[in-house]
Formats: sequence, C-alpha cells, structure tokens
Amino acid sequence: MQLKATTFNNILKPILFLLLLAPTIWLIAGLWLNTLGANPIEYILHTLGDWALRILLLTLLLSPLRRLLNWIQLVQLRRMMGLFTFYYASLHLLCYLWFEQGFNLSSVYSDVWDRPFILFGMTAFLFLIPLAITSTRNKMRQLGRRWKVLHMLVYPAVIFGVVHFWWLVKADTTEPLIYALLTFILLTERLWRFKRGEKSGA
Amino acid sequence: PLFSQSTKKSFSTDEKPTSFKDITSYCNFYEFGTKKTDPSEYAHELQTTPWTVDIDGECDKPGTYALEDLLKPVTIEERIYRLRCVEGWSMVIPWMGFTLADLIKRVQPNSNAKYVRFETVYDPDAMRGQRSDMLEWPYVEGLRMDEAMHPLTILSTGLYGKDLLNQNGAPLRLVIPWKYGFKSIKSIARISFTETQPFNSWQQFSPEEYGFYSNVNPEVPHPRWSQSKERRIGEFMKRDTLMFNGYAEEVAELYAGMDLKRYF
Repeated sequence: MQLKATTFNNILKPILFLLLLAPTIWLIAGLWLNTLGANPIEYILHTLGDWALRILLLTLLLSPLRRLLNWIQLVQLRRMMGLFTFYYASLHLLCYLWFEQGFNLSSVYSDVWDRPFILFGMTAFLFLIPLAITSTRNKMRQLGRRWKVLHMLVYPAVIFGVVHFWWLVKADTTEPLIYALLTFILLTERLWRFKRGEKSGA
Repeated sequence: PLFSQSTKKSFSTDEKPTSFKDITSYCNFYEFGTKKTDPSEYAHELQTTPWTVDIDGECDKPGTYALEDLLKPVTIEERIYRLRCVEGWSMVIPWMGFTLADLIKRVQPNSNAKYVRFETVYDPDAMRGQRSDMLEWPYVEGLRMDEAMHPLTILSTGLYGKDLLNQNGAPLRLVIPWKYGFKSIKSIARISFTETQPFNSWQQFSPEEYGFYSNVNPEVPHPRWSQSKERRIGEFMKRDTLMFNGYAEEVAELYAGMDLKRYF
C-alpha cells in the first residue's frame, strides 16, 4: 500500500494531527462549557494520562502495521505520534505537579518514594524525555546507529506507563488489562522478530 | 432542653454544602457500575417501593420490617456533614435522617451483640454492577456497637430536604461522617447484630488496603496514595484532611489507646 506523497503529507498527516489534538480541544471546550463533571480537575488529569498511553500504544502499532500492510509511509507518522505522546504526558505531569501537589517539591519527592505507581509514572516520563529531545532529523543523523538503540527506551516507557495506570485503578482493571495485553502482543512480536534475526524496524 | 438543642445543632457543619447536582451525579455505587456517572445513569432501574429491612441476629425483636414501620416513630432532622471518600475527594452534604441508635434501641440487641452488620439489597436484575464479580455481593459493611450507637451515626432517607435519589442509596442508607465514604452503606436491606466483627466488602476485596475501621486519618496513608489532602468538590486546589474528618472532638474517645495504624 502506498499513497501519493502529496496526499500523504497534505491530507493524511493534517487529519491525523487534528485527531491527536482532539482530546485537548475536548478538554478546553469542556472546561469552557462546564461539562467535565463534578470533579473536572480529576477528569483532566486522567484524560491527559489516558491519551498519553493510548497514543504511545498506537505509535508502537505503526511498525507491525507497516509490515502487515506493506505500507512503508507509516514510518513517517512515528515522530508526530511520539511527540503527541510526550505532549500529553507532559501536560499530565504538569497537572499532577500543580493540582495534586501545588508545586510542593518535597511533597512530590515523598510521593514518588511512598507510592510505587507515582514512581512508575515518573520513570515512564523520564524515558520519554530523551526520545522527544532526539526526535529531530538533525539529531537522528548525528546519532546514526545509536539513535535506534536510544529509541528502544520506548519499550520500558510503555511498560512503566501501563503498570502506572494499573496500580492507580481502585477495582475495575478492565482498561489497564486491555493496554497490558496490547503491550504484551506488541513487544512479543518484536522480540520474536529479533530472535529470528530480522532487522528491527523499532 | 436549650442546651441539648444547641449540642444537636453543633453536629452540623456551617460549611457551604456541595451542589445538589454534584452530590447526585458524582457517586460511587458499584452496584450500578464503577464510573462516577454510572449510578446517576442506571440507578433508576432499582425499585425502592415497597421496601423491607430484615433485622436479625443477637436482638430481641428480629423480623422483616416494612420501611414505613421503621420510620413511623422517628423524627427526621437535617444533619449537614462532611463526607470524605477514600479516593481523596470530599463533599458537604445536607442529609435528612435519624440516629441509628434510635432504631437499634427499638429492636433491643442482647448482651452478645458486639457489632452491627449491614447488607445492601441484592437485585442483579436491577443492579447491573452486581452481574459482574467486581466485589462480592451483596455489599457488606459493619460497625462496632459503640460506633453504631454514636449520636453522629445516622440512617439517612433524604438530602436537601428531598427523598434520597437511588444513586445516593435510596430508600435508606447509613452515614458515618468520620469514616471514609464506603462505610456509609447504601440501600440497606438487612441489619444484623453479631458477636464477631463483620468482614466488610472492601476489606474482603483487598485486606491490605481497606480495613474494618476505615476512620478518616490524614496520618495513615492508603498503600497507593496519601490521605493527607483532599479535593473538595467544587474547589480548585486540595485542602488538608482533618483527623476523623474533623469530628475528632466527638469520636476520638471511641478509639482511645488503639493503634490506628494497625487498626486502619
């Protein structure tokens, strides 16, 4: 499968951009119209975290999808989706630091060490930072082969993200279970290909 | 009489009550689903008239009581209480109700009655959450007899001067303002007097996270989150959580000498 480069760049990419921005627009509109429920802060915090994880999983879906459909262009979507993951994860973290902790750093520090799910969320975010920083074409060229190795950090990031979500849920683990299953499938597929000695497309 | 009037008044907080809309649309009532908005969406499927409450166990007047008969002799009064959820949010709710002690005295528990055990109605046809095994149904809660007899502990039949909506636990629910919200069991169908400590639903679900007492305590964190602060619904930043949810003066003596970290 293949689209004309102009169709891909001028139509598909902008549509995807707007789709990935939609949760943000949803939240702003909801704040404006006061439709986020009785606890809007919690709603915003959770929605941002949900989308960070969902978009990260979708990003990881690109490579197997590319092979399955033989659609090489899909690789070109990785940067945008990866950066959207980082964008939602950053806002999620900012919300936590501001609304949950009031920017009280000592209280954040103790929260990280007292509560494993916070530690896991923070760690997942730390893994994402170098990926975002080295996402430019220049950095890619500069790092060469090492870029690929560095970007394998996306695997621990998604694992830590899913565990973070799993541990914060009180009783209904349906949604984190779905994400965990998807993560397992996506990572197993890569491991299997790696073991067979195929060149990894990351 | 003047004095007792004023102490009665002091049970109510003068903080601003949470809006009726928020109280009735942001609920934890897993019998109707685990999302906060599920109860307000699905609770109308439950039929609450007629309603009976089975009273049994260690008491002299067990039986199946019609709700009207339980309510006939009581005077409904307003109690404006803080409610603190174990998840870290809180509300101020103007309950209508009467003391649980009032009902307990009438059914005459005997000297073996050390605890009171409550059950929510079991009706999986009307309560969609009960068709999944999220928790074991029916929902169970319990109190030590002195907690049950405490003048702050009420059975509620309404809020904001109106009958309870189903999502808030119609037609009869418990309210214990110094304990986390899940102790305040909804839609009560059975009250039993027992010699042994009841095993409440959340304790059954995860004994290292939820205990029998579940007193609001900012110094004893939940294993997965801090309990030192809470977000009052309608407010932006979190506020400090108070010991026994601000009712320490009234209830601290119930737990004198107890290790509250151990008996959480």
